[in-house]
Amino acid sequence: MAVRGVSVRPITVRPLPTLQDVRMIEAENLTKRYGDRTAVNDLSFTVVPGRVTGFLGPNGAGKSTTMRLLLGLDRPDRGDARIGGRHYRDLHEPLRVVGALLEARAVHTGRSAYNHLLCLAQTQGVGRRRLDEVIELVGLTGVARKRAGGFSLGMGQRLGIAAALLGDPSVLILDEPVNGLDPEGIVWIRTLMQRLAAEGRTVFVSSHLMNEMAVTAEHLIVIGRGKLIADCSTEQFIEQSTEKMVVVRSPDAARLADVLGREGATVAPDGDGLLTVTHMEAPRVGELAAAEGLVLHELTPRRGSLEAAFMELTRESVEYGIAAGPDGALQEGALPAGAPAAATVQEGERR
Amino acid sequence: MTAATARTPPGVPAGAPSRGTRFTRLMLAEWTKIRSVRSTFWALILLVVLDLGFTALFMGLTVGQWDKTDAEDRATLAADPVSSILGSGFFLSQLTVCVLGVLVIASEYSTGMIRASLLAVPRRLPMLWAKATVFALVVLVLGTAVSFVSFFMGAAILHDKVEVSLGDPGVLRAVIGGGLYLAMLGLFALAVGAIVRHPAGGITGVIGFVLVLAPLAQLLPGSIGEHVHAYLPSEAGHLIANAHQGKDDLLTPWQGYGVFALWTFALLTVAAVLLKRRDA
Repeated sequence: MAVRGVSVRPITVRPLPTLQDVRMIEAENLTKRYGDRTAVNDLSFTVVPGRVTGFLGPNGAGKSTTMRLLLGLDRPDRGDARIGGRHYRDLHEPLRVVGALLEARAVHTGRSAYNHLLCLAQTQGVGRRRLDEVIELVGLTGVARKRAGGFSLGMGQRLGIAAALLGDPSVLILDEPVNGLDPEGIVWIRTLMQRLAAEGRTVFVSSHLMNEMAVTAEHLIVIGRGKLIADCSTEQFIEQSTEKMVVVRSPDAARLADVLGREGATVAPDGDGLLTVTHMEAPRVGELAAAEGLVLHELTPRRGSLEAAFMELTRESVEYGIAAGPDGALQEGALPAGAPAAATVQEGERR
Repeated sequence: MTAATARTPPGVPAGAPSRGTRFTRLMLAEWTKIRSVRSTFWALILLVVLDLGFTALFMGLTVGQWDKTDAEDRATLAADPVSSILGSGFFLSQLTVCVLGVLVIASEYSTGMIRASLLAVPRRLPMLWAKATVFALVVLVLGTAVSFVSFFMGAAILHDKVEVSLGDPGVLRAVIGGGLYLAMLGLFALAVGAIVRHPAGGITGVIGFVLVLAPLAQLLPGSIGEHVHAYLPSEAGHLIANAHQGKDDLLTPWQGYGVFALWTFALLTVAAVLLKRRDA
């Protein structure tokens, strides 16, 4: 998509083409408490059409709650959620506008897949031909007449996706769609989401798996403990949140470590002449070694794993974490759409 | 990518239908829901079997024990045979309507289906009204049919001892009233199911109302007990299946049904308010 090339440029507000100016999904200061637990805390973001937007956060971060608020299933304590400028409950034929897959199953176990879809279709006046179409699209044709209660997790997900696609909606809100799918299913749903986005639809998909989102989503909205952590392109996120390091090997590792350490690098010896250097770029490491006349056998810039970076980023906000920091400490409020990169940089520098 | 610009704006589907057809669609959807779950089907079969079975059994026993029955009991039966015929059938079979009424809505909560339903009908109340209408109609049609069969069967069994025909005063109304009672009971149960949102809890609640509260109220002393008992939903409601007001009844058949209807609509109102307010 058009954004790809541009999004590498850091921090600047991108001059976006038409489609991306449409704020299809808008969350505005959304807050939801259950008892004394704040599930979503002053969360604001927008989702635009034409690309897959990943909604990322550890378990319990408030992703599902946010989606339920968007869909009018739960009422926010504060703030507002709109789809295409309207509240979900004001949509005339909602399934023709928004298709949703919820994390928890939303199917009567005693009803066949076909009848489940049929009763939903009937509420919106969706015809039977479309019904057969979506059943075939998700690959449930053979089992459509079987009771949904007997479905495997993966088949249940496919049924949920069929229900979401029933009204041929322009907005898709999918909560953990890859859950329970086999590798083939994961590739299928990934391809499907990307195709739907390429058709100009808005695809908003949650996941707690960073690596999955890295290959599926073009844009990321990351939350932890109900608060926004990052709102930026996936490339930016990877660029700024994974730690850069340099792996260097030298027969005189001890002296090299000393030299690099004096110049401000953090050096971790790995034995066998191997050093892992952080807080210093590879060229600088090479220059310093040359200046000291040290022999290098290897000099490799590396990146930390994305999953590790994500864990690091959200560690303080993990619901079940031990001795998590105070609630608001991680990130101050909502980030303006143009400045997410700065936020993630800060994030990295804090450690 | 080029197709992107061609998409219609959200929330403005072409050919928005009128309100009437919209509700018809919701009713159609609710009908699909009811007919496509096996428990509904079996509960309705059970309703028919229990009703007719117990009518036959009780009337058969009544005839069989006729010579040993004292005069007072014979007189009671003779005074309003239709209420005995219908009542013996309803006594147990009404429980299937109670269970089904609760399940029709509470099973949506227990399975998570409610979320799909509310995503399709985010204003929520039309879904409740459509469901209530369709379920009441199903029970009304089946209940009235069963009521007629039960009556003809019972009347035929009693034939030698007590004569009763559809043309007798109040009898036709009582037989139709059998269907009306079950339909209202279904709505009553549905309302409780919508409030409790839990199948087991809802069923316990309704059966408590229908079976437990009545004998309990009778234990209250004097006229307080009588009045409380008379105004209990199912006690007041089943009077509609009597040919006329019995000498001990505080309410006429239609008054009784009115009381039952008030109970039901009060609970439906509570259910509606809660449905609108609560997180799903």
